[in-house]
Amino acid sequence: MKRFLLAVLFFAVLIAFWEWAFLAKIWSPVLLPAPQQVAEYLKTVATDGTLVQATVITMRRLLIGYVIGLIGGLPLGLLTARWKVFHDTIGTLALGLQTLPSVCWVPLALLWFGQTEAAMLFVVIMGTLWSVVIATDTGVRHVPPIYRRAALTMGSKRLHIWLKVILPAALPFIVSGMKQGWAFAWRSLMAAEIFVTILTGFGLGQLLHYGRELSAMDQVIGIMLVIVVIGLLADKILFSPVERFLHRRWGTNP
Amino acid sequence: MRFGHKTGSVTEELALVSPSKLAIDKVSKSFRSRAGTVLALDRVSLNVAEAEFVCIVGASGCGKSTLLNIIAGLEKPDSGTVLADGKPVTAPGRERLVMFQEPALFPWLDVLGNVLFPLKLKPNLTKKDRRDVAKYYLELVELTRFERANIHELSGGMKQRVALARALAPNPRVLLMDEPFAALDALTREQLYGDLQRIWKSRRKTIVFVTHNVREAVCLGDRVLLFSPHPGRVQEEFIIELPRPRDLNSVELATYASRITHALKSGAQSEPAIAK
Repeated sequence: MKRFLLAVLFFAVLIAFWEWAFLAKIWSPVLLPAPQQVAEYLKTVATDGTLVQATVITMRRLLIGYVIGLIGGLPLGLLTARWKVFHDTIGTLALGLQTLPSVCWVPLALLWFGQTEAAMLFVVIMGTLWSVVIATDTGVRHVPPIYRRAALTMGSKRLHIWLKVILPAALPFIVSGMKQGWAFAWRSLMAAEIFVTILTGFGLGQLLHYGRELSAMDQVIGIMLVIVVIGLLADKILFSPVERFLHRRWGTNP
Repeated sequence: MRFGHKTGSVTEELALVSPSKLAIDKVSKSFRSRAGTVLALDRVSLNVAEAEFVCIVGASGCGKSTLLNIIAGLEKPDSGTVLADGKPVTAPGRERLVMFQEPALFPWLDVLGNVLFPLKLKPNLTKKDRRDVAKYYLELVELTRFERANIHELSGGMKQRVALARALAPNPRVLLMDEPFAALDALTREQLYGDLQRIWKSRRKTIVFVTHNVREAVCLGDRVLLFSPHPGRVQEEFIIELPRPRDLNSVELATYASRITHALKSGAQSEPAIAK
């Protein structure tokens, strides 16, 4: 409770400072709108449905692409960890492509798929996939061999060992890879939406882009706030519970 | 017994199974290393009777752990055979459970989950049966209060007791123990010797126990086999005729131990074998 109050206080001070900077006219009001203006903008787009629609479109792209990336990445990571030949081929490819900033996929995606959903999904998948492959591979390689031996003596066999021993044992690595994949996907999707008009739907990135076109700083800052909040919520809702579980079970420090 | 009045599969599951008779016949095994091929086991033969507690003592690298792994089915011998109740051992299986020096407990499961793990691999048991069986063994190792604890919250001795409960849970005929108490402090170890003797008496298992601690071997075994390294062989055999439960600090036990230690020293003049 004390920590919560402290956080609230911190953000209150931050907003107060912003208000003060606006009133003191340090920057032109065109460049720095008042907090109320941003709040009003957010209220307008929230009530007329623009914001909800854009959020839904962006989140749909992100979630679908992310899930596809996971579904593809996990088994690929298991393959590269299990067989040398896959490690030397797919593993090397994954390592190479992971070092490529995922926003670099945007030009290629646009040429291949046009200004469509498919291009957006492709960018998100590329952001997710390689991180998950590498994390799964690393995680499996770090599983102490004794777990496998212990499971063998208890009558566990191939598939059972993979599902019930190796996969859970590698979970801390896999989760951190999933988190990294999420971050990469989220960043590259935003970049793609900002720079390219996707004809199949206007996401948050596009709203941000039009804010710039219209020189509407309240819109730019408002949408940025929304993006920050979504990032925070994703972390708190998707990853925090899993990470808390892992820390509690493994006894690692949170 | 707590579940004595119950009928059905839990009683059946907890009933004593007949312990195995092991026949190890001329088992050889070598490993390739940078220093060349090392003969870890050289035509080792030994028989273990039903419900017998056999301890194998030897310096590190003498091949005793390799022999245990071969009995478990985790490794294959280059030549020779291992028979359990007349049937050749070809793969690991829950008839012969292994306890390692590290507890090898699964950190993603709690204590109860770990004990349930081998039970979930046994068909024909309901969920409730499995829980009842797991709780019975947790009671046997006196850890009922900790069934919801995470593995990292346990002390070393408690971890090995969970590992023991997990090894006992599927009701194996043989327990293979590879220096399970080596990493524990002396007090905890002594307590576990008591627990193990008590449990061995009530659950009747054939036990092969590998250790480099001579007093531990004398305290636990019906028979102590002295392994000589390079190549691994059974050098000498000692029958321990002491009443149970045995006191680690008794004079009789110390007398046995000093005899075996003496034999161990005289036999280990050669260079230590290269560890695997």
